[in-house]
This record gives sequence, structure tokens and C-alpha cells, in this order.
Amino acid sequence: MTRPILQVKNISLSFRGVKAISDLSFDVAEGEICALIGPNGAGKSSLLNILNGVYRPDAGEIVFVGTPFHEINPLDAARRGIGRGFQNNALFSGMSVMDNVIVGLSRHSRTTIIEEALSLPRARREAMQFRQRAAEVLGLFGLTPYAKTIVGTLAYGLQKKVEIARAVVSDPALLLLDEPLAGMNAAEKEDVLAVIADLNRRLMLTIVLIEHDIAAVMKLAHHIVVLDYGRKLAYGAPDAVRNNPAVIAAYLGGRKNEVAA
Amino acid sequence: MADIDVTFDTRPLDWRTAVSFAGIAAVGLLAVLLPVFASEYWLVAIIIPFLILSLAGLGLNLLTGYAGQISLGSGAFMMIGAYATFALQLRLPAVPLPLALVATGLIAAAVGVVFGFPATRIKSFYLIVSTLAAQFLFEWLFVKFPWFYNGYSAGSISLPDGIELFGLDASSLEGRYYLTLATVAILTLIASNLVRSQTGRNWMAIRDMDTAAAVIGVPIVRAKLQAFAVSSFILAIAGALWAFVYLGSAGVHSFGLTRSYQILFIIIIGGLGTIRGAFLGAAFVSVLPLSLDWLSQRLFGGNVDASLLQNSQKVIFGVLIVWFLIREPEGLARLLSSATAPAASLHPRKIQRSSSC
Amino acid sequence: MSFFLETLIGGLLSGTMLSLAAIGFVLIYKASGVFNYSQGSLLLLGALTFATLTGKGFPMIPTLAVTIVLLILAALAIERFLLRPLTNRSPMTLFMATLGLAYIIEGVAQGVMGAEVQALDLGIEDIPIFVGDILISQFDLVAAGVAITLTAILSFIFHRTRFGISLRAVADDTRAALSLGMDINRIWQIVWSLAGIVGLVAGLLWGARQGVQFSLSLVVLKALPVLIIGGFTSVAGAIAGGLIVGAGESLAETYLGPFVGGGITPWFAYVLALVFLSFRPAGLFGERQIERV
Repeated sequence: MTRPILQVKNISLSFRGVKAISDLSFDVAEGEICALIGPNGAGKSSLLNILNGVYRPDAGEIVFVGTPFHEINPLDAARRGIGRGFQNNALFSGMSVMDNVIVGLSRHSRTTIIEEALSLPRARREAMQFRQRAAEVLGLFGLTPYAKTIVGTLAYGLQKKVEIARAVVSDPALLLLDEPLAGMNAAEKEDVLAVIADLNRRLMLTIVLIEHDIAAVMKLAHHIVVLDYGRKLAYGAPDAVRNNPAVIAAYLGGRKNEVAA
Repeated sequence: MADIDVTFDTRPLDWRTAVSFAGIAAVGLLAVLLPVFASEYWLVAIIIPFLILSLAGLGLNLLTGYAGQISLGSGAFMMIGAYATFALQLRLPAVPLPLALVATGLIAAAVGVVFGFPATRIKSFYLIVSTLAAQFLFEWLFVKFPWFYNGYSAGSISLPDGIELFGLDASSLEGRYYLTLATVAILTLIASNLVRSQTGRNWMAIRDMDTAAAVIGVPIVRAKLQAFAVSSFILAIAGALWAFVYLGSAGVHSFGLTRSYQILFIIIIGGLGTIRGAFLGAAFVSVLPLSLDWLSQRLFGGNVDASLLQNSQKVIFGVLIVWFLIREPEGLARLLSSATAPAASLHPRKIQRSSSC
Repeated sequence: MSFFLETLIGGLLSGTMLSLAAIGFVLIYKASGVFNYSQGSLLLLGALTFATLTGKGFPMIPTLAVTIVLLILAALAIERFLLRPLTNRSPMTLFMATLGLAYIIEGVAQGVMGAEVQALDLGIEDIPIFVGDILISQFDLVAAGVAITLTAILSFIFHRTRFGISLRAVADDTRAALSLGMDINRIWQIVWSLAGIVGLVAGLLWGARQGVQFSLSLVVLKALPVLIIGGFTSVAGAIAGGLIVGAGESLAETYLGPFVGGGITPWFAYVLALVFLSFRPAGLFGERQIERV
């Protein structure tokens, strides 16, 4: 394995006595797609929230690009290059697609408020650069025709794409996606899967994603972490996981035939 | 890739933009020439206060409409503006008025940051407490300590040397009008630049979903404090104009809680999160009492009790606030743009153009 | 020492009056997650109606009944025309709507019944009682008794009755409650009526003490610090918050006041609330909200 870009070490988290995550550890290699699967309530979203600094773990440590941290400030996480797509589309509903994506570039902004207020050249230059970059990313996702549309009015599948675009625009080193395929029909799923695979292949973007569509995950991921009740049940390449008896018993069950497709 | 015009705004130049440019130019020309054909009464009693209230609304809208931080302390910041300008003009008379106004704004911005600081740690709603604290604290402060009003027995303040601009006496009607117009124009331009900038987008992101915003990389603490600072800056200058250019002299009572409510209502009715919303709301608020007066003259021959008129006004405002919040949170601003875009108004919530102005 | 105790006790007792006013807010916040800015106006409406009618010679009990009916009607109207159209909107929107509502209620109440101060006689005499060396107001004691009784009744309703549990469910997750077939509209109607009645009780006591006038509606401004300190979701918190604010204001005015020239009462409670916000944003008894993304 190439140097692990992310190491989750013995992370534990509980909410008012309910253990969300128990002593979880795994590594993610740079440039790979790692999928987290498991039933609802298995602690998957909570883990992503810890990585982004929304939650603080009770115990354990995260090592990202060699730097360890126990808890982190969300802004800090973003600045270090951890990007995030949310489960329920945390888009800025009052703004256009283009504006939503440009917000994703905030961490790269170097202009001061005075420069912006007086529309000084440096501010205008940065604004143009940001717009160009955002336009690039919108093109990648096929969102160009919707650039000026208010996100609240878009179809769900398109909103998801805007979410991912927004997470990707700032060139993160690690992209966390929470159920990117949820609520989509087959065609939309193909679309988004292709984009995710593309991002990973061309930009060497490390992706950690949570997904329930096992078939899709088996095709897409390099490694899979199976969680059950906050505990790691298995970790390995898709084939290994698919044939792991503990995983089959707890999660895949009689649906092994589905998975084989 | 270059399907989107990135050189100016994200809006390509179409007929609608051209019309709005022409419209703005026309309004600008009208504004400059106004004293020529408008009556003195209109200028003094309607236009000037309208402009100043618009400015105040603009200041509050940046904070509440764009950044989503609710404030009931607008009155306090206008008050700070009036008293700061007074102190500067009184004790440092060498400082010219425009500079004094800028200094006033900066002082208020600093205070705004102090009272806005809790916003960085608590949910937006609780800001009501912080801003009300500011409101009550300053109402008390400026009355309690004679230094602020230089011991004048009435407790009210006015500029010692009148309004002087670049050595010229600007206390004439035209002078006051142009001073107000210029100030409002400049600050509107600045506000407009800000809302289209990254800072403006950060504000709207915070308003729409601040947990996600932080994760995406928006510097929440800095952006919120910036919103408070800029908002207070503008409100303070509006307050100074209100006290000295419009009223002539003012006291704490001109900037009480009622004023804070009024400014908030202006932006709710006019349109939260839009630049022109402040102007539309201020126009409405200025015109409503007059219309009611006029109506009561026509319908009841002026026999209506003054307090009844006032209470009717209250009820009308209240109903409008609720109505706008239910039907059209973007207020008059959205209603007007729907009127000029018939296709969009058929599906009012469907494909809409992004509006930051 | 007895002067200190007197100041303290006087403050505590007047604090129970604040608590009474605050309880109405807690009710509505518990049920609809809204900070009802118009609670003060409802208070004014109730007290003004009562004072006007009794002032015209109507006997107390029927007047009370009429006033309660009026408040219930108001609650029904509010639920139908304000809450229902604004379901699922942001807390800020709801709050601003209640601000507008406050204006409507005040405008109507004062438009119809006039804006002069009216005296309100409840038959409770304000005779001072001596406990040892300490002077206590009988009126304040009655108010405290009423507050405690109300708290007990409301706590019982919330925690022991099915209605109370439904209420908390609705407040917690409106959509889930709807999907379970709960009649949210009915619940809101009941809660707002209750809040109106609670407000009436508070309004009558306040009105008896200082006369019924417009400033009664400003009680909302007094209640806010109480709620911050005690927590928005707890009736017990409203009591605790009221006591703290009442005692705090009384002591501060007496002991700190002279240093700054007096008159610190309007803002002291707010500064206290700000301090609490920095350390305990949920208040002493409130529930901490965990945001899930």
C-alpha cells in the first residue's frame, strides 16, 4: 500500500450513552476509493463528522497526511484539504449553483474585505479566477446550464452533483461523501458514479464514501470497511469482503446473489 | 468550458440587464436634479428621511438579510453614530465632517464587533439578547454621562458649527440633500460590491446553513464579525445623518427600540437579502403614514383620532410583516421583479435568476 | 444584614412575577419551537380587556370568563392564520412573524380599548408583612404562590398526561409527529390558548401592581433574559431564571447602582444573560441541541 493518507486509530464516540463508534481503526491509502458500508446507525456519518470536525471523538486519534489530531475545528479541516458532501444535501438554498460552488473556494481567498468593498483590482482578479475555476468544475459535472439557477429549485440528483462539485472545487486532498447515490434513479447513479470514478482516476483524489448501494460500491471501491453497531466488522478489497462470513451473516445475508451482479 | 461569461458578473448582458442599467442611470439623474423641481416640503419631510432610512435598512440588511444574524439593536448603533459624530465635531473641530463620519463608522464597527462576538458562539436567534443588551445599554449610557451630550440640559445634541463641508456651509436644503444623497450612494455602492464578493457569499452561506458552511471552508467567525462591523458602520453613519442632517438635533429617544423595530420592518417588507429591499421598504414606511393621513382626510374629513391612526398603522404593519413572511420572504423586491418577468411569475418558485441586487 | 435580606427577598419575589411572564414563552417554545414575541401583547390584551370591562362595572368572574374566551379565540386565529402557513419555516422567520403579530395585537387592543393607563383591582391588598425584621409585600407573596401553583400544574400536564407527551413530541420533531397522525393544529391551538391564559394570569398580577398600560407588552423584553438563564424549554427553568434575574436586579441596583449613577435595571438582566450565554447556552435547565448533519 502506498503511504496512507488517512489513518483512523481507535476512534470511539457516544451520544448520551449510546455508543455510535467503538474502537474503530483503519487506513486509507492515497489515491484510493474507500467505502464505508453498514446498516443505518452503524456510525458511518458520525465518523465523517469526526473527520470534518463537527463531532469530537471520545477517544482515539486521526492522522491525516502524517499530522495527528484528536479533535479539529471544521474550518481547520477544510483548510487542510478535507472536502465533504453531506447526506441530506447541505446546500445553500438561497444561492445559485455557481455561487454555491464558489463558496467552496473560500479557503483560498486572499483578498481583504476592504479590497472587496472598494472593488479594488486584486479583489476583482481573484473573483474572476474563482469564477473560472467554478465554471470548470461545473462543466465537469455537466451543470453548466444550471449555473444561475437557485439550488433550492433543482431536482435532487442535480443538487447532489452541486454538493460534490462544491466539495471538489477547492482541490481537496481527501473527499468525504455521505451517500452520494441516495435517492437517485439508475441513470442518475451511473452519472454520479462515473464522475466519482473520474475524479479519483484523473485527479488522484482520495475518496471515502458512505453508500448503501452495495453493487455500486463493489464496482467502485478499492477497499471496503464494513461497520456494524459502530464496530469494524471487516476491512479489505471488495472480493474479500463479499466472501467474508461475518459480513454475510450480519449484513449481506441472503442478498449474496444480488451482490454477485 | 467558456459557456459562462466570467468577465463581469455571472449574468450575461441581456435586455433585462441593459434596462436595469438604464433604469439606475435614470434614477441617478433624477436624484441629482431633484432639488430643481421638487418642493421644499417633499425634500425635507420625505426624501431626506427616506434616503437615510434606506441607508439604515441597508446596514441592517447586510447583517440580518444576508448574513442571517438577527439584530434588534439598530437603534443603538444609529445612536452611537450620532453621539460619536457629535463628540468628534465638538472636541476635534479640525476634523472635516466626511472624515468624522468615517471615524464614527469605525468606532461603531468596533462596538459592533464586541456585541456581535456572542454570535460566533451561539445560535443566531440568541443574538436578540446581545443586540437588545446593546440597545438598552447605550440608551442608558448616553443619558447617564453628561460628557456625551456636553451637559446640554435637554440632553439632546446638535452639531456646534452646523454642517460644514470642505469649508462651505452645507446646512441649506440643497446642501443637506446632496450630502445625504452622496453618502447613501457611496455606501450603497460599497454594500453592493460586498454582497457580490466572496464575503457576501460567505454571509449567505452562513445564513443558509452555517454548520455546512464551516465544513466547506467558510471562515465563520471572521465573516460574522465582519457582518457586524460593516452593518454597524453603515448604521452609525445613517444615525449621524438622521440626527444632524434631517432632524437638526436629536436625543436618545430618536433611536429607541421603536427605531430598531422600524428598521427591521423596513427590510422585511422591502426584501431581506436584497440591496433594493432597503429602499423599497423605506419608501413604503415613509409613505404609509402619509397615505393613511390622506385617506382619513378624504374618507372621514380628518375627524379620525390621532392615536387611532397610529394604531391602525401598527396593525397594518403587523399584517404586512406576517403576510410578507408567509407569501414572499423576499418582500417587495421579489414582488416587483416578478411583475417585470411574467414568465417566471407563473411558477414563482421554479427556475429563478440569482438575485444579489 | 436585614437590609440585604430584604433587598434579596424583595428581588426574589418580584422575580416570581418575571417567572410568571416567562412561563407563557416556555409553553409555546416547548410546543412549536418558536419564541413568541407577541406573548407580551397577549398579556396586554388579556389585562386590558379585563380592566376595561371591570372598569365599566362588570363583575370579576364573568369578565374573567369572557377574557379567557377572547384569548382562546385569539389563539385559534393565530394558529390558523400564522402558524399553519409558516409550518417548517426557519426559527428566524417564525420569530419575525411573532414580532408582526405583536404589532397587530397591540394595535387592535389599544385601538379598541384606548391607551390610557387603567387601574386594575384584584382585591389583593398590598399590605407589608413583617417577618422578623424584614419587610415583605403581601402582594408579592400572592404572586409567588400563584407562580408556584401554575408551575406545578403545568409540570403535571407536561410529564404525566398524554397531552403533555404529545406536546413534547410535536416540539421535538414536527414531521415525525405528523406522520404518527397527531393533530398538530389542535395541539398548537391548545398550547397557545394555555399560553394566553397563563399570560392573562401574569398580566392581571402585573396590571394590579403597576396599572394596565402599554408597557405591559414590553414584558417580553424582561422575559428574554429569564429564559436565557433558565432555559427556553423548562418551566422550572423559568422559575429559576426569574428568581435569579429578580434577585440580581434588586441587588445590583442597590449595591452597584450608586457607583454608576443608578438606573442599571434595564440592561443588567441582559448583561447577566450574555454571561450565561457564554458559559451555558442552553440555560440552567434547558436541553442542549445536538445538530446532526
